[in-house]
Amino acid sequence: MTARLLNRRQLLATGAVVLVGNTLARARNGTVHVTIETLAFLPAEIEVKAGETIEWTNKDRFAHTATVEGGWEVLIPPGKVATRIATATDTVEYYCRFHPNMKGRIKVSA
Amino acid sequence: MKTLFALFGAACLVLTASLANAADKPTDPQIAHIAYTAGVIDVEAARLALSKTTSADVKAFAESMQKDHEAVNDMALALVKKLNVTPEDNATSQALSTAAEEKRAELGKLDGAAFDKAYIDNEVAFHQQVNGALETLLIPSAQNAELKGLLETGLKLFQGHQQHAEHVAAGLK
Ligand SMILES: [Cu+2]
Repeated sequence: MTARLLNRRQLLATGAVVLVGNTLARARNGTVHVTIETLAFLPAEIEVKAGETIEWTNKDRFAHTATVEGGWEVLIPPGKVATRIATATDTVEYYCRFHPNMKGRIKVSA
Repeated sequence: MKTLFALFGAACLVLTASLANAADKPTDPQIAHIAYTAGVIDVEAARLALSKTTSADVKAFAESMQKDHEAVNDMALALVKKLNVTPEDNATSQALSTAAEEKRAELGKLDGAAFDKAYIDNEVAFHQQVNGALETLLIPSAQNAELKGLLETGLKLFQGHQQHAEHVAAGLK
């Protein structure tokens, strides 16, 4: 009985965490997250609205950048987080200047 | 120019030949030693470049090489310690070191734009050579799954370095 109750509580708790997690990942607080791990942007493609924040979390031991050819660049040191506020013209392809085989894409939605 | 080309060709041959002679498959302790040696070589080349170059792009490239190769070699040291593996010196590591010493001596005599070009061209060639060895020999030969995983990360990293070097080379022209 107790065990069953506990299980149900755990289930509910898990559900709540998943819900909160999703809401945070999707842009309720205006932030879209990209993880950098083993020399890859995950997810490689994101959709944002102008004014929202793009947040890169670098889990590698290597410094990376999010660089737009002829445009902006964000430096993301090893183990650190870096951000950019998306503008209306940020539908772009970007890459890492130090490791150009790392590629990502941003789509700005209306 | 002719001599440079011949030397460069010779360095490539050294690795290929000694890898072929290492009778098919290097062991995990040998693989660890070869990968670590390649990293040390590139860190030393970066130090030489940082002491010579005045180009912002070349400096940024060399700083990235120094930091990345030191980081991945730290990861390699931590792994061999965890696996209780002692890296084993071998003919391939020695051939790599000898070729690198010759290259360093050659680069040491150059300055300015000539140095920048020779350093970056060699970085393209060196990473190409190491990536080829990783893909065709070192990764397929690795027995331990964690060592194989680290080599695969190394390959992605060095492929990135090769492309970075190619970008810098294009900018020097
Ligand atoms: Cu990178």
